[in-house]
Amino acid sequence: MNRYRADPAAVRALVRDDAVHRDVYTDPEIFRLEMERLWPRTWIYAGHASQIPAAGDFITGDIGTVPVLMIRQPDGSVRVLRNRCAHKGAKVVSDWSGNTGRFIRCPYHNWSYRTDGSIAAIPLRQGYDGTGFANCEAVRGLRPVATEVYRGFVFARLSDDGPGFHDFFGDSLSSIDYMVDRSPEGEMEVAGGVLRYMHDSNWKMFVENLNDAMHPMAAHESSAGTAKELWADQPADAPKPMAIEQLVPFAGSYDFFDKMGERVFANGHSFSGAHFSIHSSYAAVPDYEAAMQRAYGKARAKDILGTVRHNTVYYPSLTVKGAIQTIRVARPIAVDKTLIESYSFRLKGAPDIFFKRNVTYTRLINSPMSVVGHDDQQCYRLIQEGLAADGNEWISLHRDYRAEERNARDLTVNGTSEISMRNQFRAWVHFMGAA
Amino acid sequence: MTEAEIVRFLYHEGRLLDEKRWDEWYSLFCEDGHYWVPLTRNQPDAEFHTSLAYEDRLLLRLRIERLRRRPPSQHPESWSQHVLQVPEIEGQDGDCWITRTAFFYAESRGDAMQMLTGVALHNLVEQEGTLRIRLKRVNLVNCDAALPSIQLFL
Repeated sequence: MNRYRADPAAVRALVRDDAVHRDVYTDPEIFRLEMERLWPRTWIYAGHASQIPAAGDFITGDIGTVPVLMIRQPDGSVRVLRNRCAHKGAKVVSDWSGNTGRFIRCPYHNWSYRTDGSIAAIPLRQGYDGTGFANCEAVRGLRPVATEVYRGFVFARLSDDGPGFHDFFGDSLSSIDYMVDRSPEGEMEVAGGVLRYMHDSNWKMFVENLNDAMHPMAAHESSAGTAKELWADQPADAPKPMAIEQLVPFAGSYDFFDKMGERVFANGHSFSGAHFSIHSSYAAVPDYEAAMQRAYGKARAKDILGTVRHNTVYYPSLTVKGAIQTIRVARPIAVDKTLIESYSFRLKGAPDIFFKRNVTYTRLINSPMSVVGHDDQQCYRLIQEGLAADGNEWISLHRDYRAEERNARDLTVNGTSEISMRNQFRAWVHFMGAA
Repeated sequence: MTEAEIVRFLYHEGRLLDEKRWDEWYSLFCEDGHYWVPLTRNQPDAEFHTSLAYEDRLLLRLRIERLRRRPPSQHPESWSQHVLQVPEIEGQDGDCWITRTAFFYAESRGDAMQMLTGVALHNLVEQEGTLRIRLKRVNLVNCDAALPSIQLFL
């Protein structure tokens, strides 16, 4: 089980320029190394600041498999703390969300912490006098994690070493800007509940699928194709139900998805829909467009509303759909188990129809009862089962591979290229390669 | 409508689903009927809050036609079993009977089987001498849990 831990060259050898070894999806040791190396060294989505408006408000979550707590400070800033008692290691806060009051208290021995994670009180503290306690790790309390808030989106990096926030994400952050700027006030808030869909497959299958423009017309023919047929007899000017407006574009042609385009950035980030997307033909909302022009000026408003990127992957944890204002978060649990959480956002100052669109879309596509999700999930499971079998150990990522893409930090290509996956694995090997 | 007829209707509905008689099940819904599986307890509405499912007749028709096409996720096929407690009639709201039926639901596929449980609330109306479903709301006891695919009808 220690085949890879002590052998960085063996880890690096799993990724070729145009192929990847099956162990990246199936080997439990590789999964553990991802949780020790890739997730801690990168910036992982921890939550949205609107979820914790008041001092002491918190949400709990995980960075990879490490429990954390995102909590609002008395000075209004946001911190991410390790959710693990400095004493016996118990998870200190077990609710999904709430308010801690001034102190966070462990239920076992009443060690209590300030909202910044520092120790406030230990019962019978004199018992530690004259011991080595003052010099041990426990004194640091619920150790805070490097945290960065970008337009309300909170990211955390567990490891002390790793790239800076802006170095890591670079120009890919524009997808968050374009999403948030769809609010005439330039702000969004989480609303409408979180869908939690358990997948019995490796986290990378989900993340890769978001920019896989070759699967919708195949895997989603049964759902989008049926939607198209059900609406086929309607006159062209019949008002389209939102569900039809949203589902039918999944049945777009290969040509549509290819021309949609795809853009990749350093460190594994990418988005599809560089030129247009399945969200391009939603009905216009004239009053809102006027409000956007007042807020941003004509040119910028046109730019914001004309930017309808499909999915943006903030590698490895967060995927963003700006035209709909929804995000999906990948939470790895085991090598073959991943929880996908979908959050909806309300655009401040925008008409209700946008939130209704968002709620409809996420229910139709991201719910455990989604007719679209079922077929994706089935395909991931089939890959997971198939890769477990001996046979060809290499998975082809050759589609539209060009050697010159290897060092590109910002490149736009055709939509059906497998470049986003190759780009993700180049980042993967970079963060996984060293012990 | 007598209480016995309402109870018989609800048992019949569950049976239609387990026997995959989807067209007959679909015809039980009013023109403006909905099938709703909320995401949270006491969820007040489905338009401005995400649900696990909220389907009008168009979306129910889509779900049924898709299942009939044997999509990728239906190899192997899923099968369901509803085990219903005796339905209770909660009362009447205008022309609408409101019923409450606690249930266990099993969905099997290949070697895997998942169990769900909760309460189904029906709003039933009488149209042309027969009962029709205006709303079937299924409150799962673990509606907020991380759930795997649920492919058939609760």
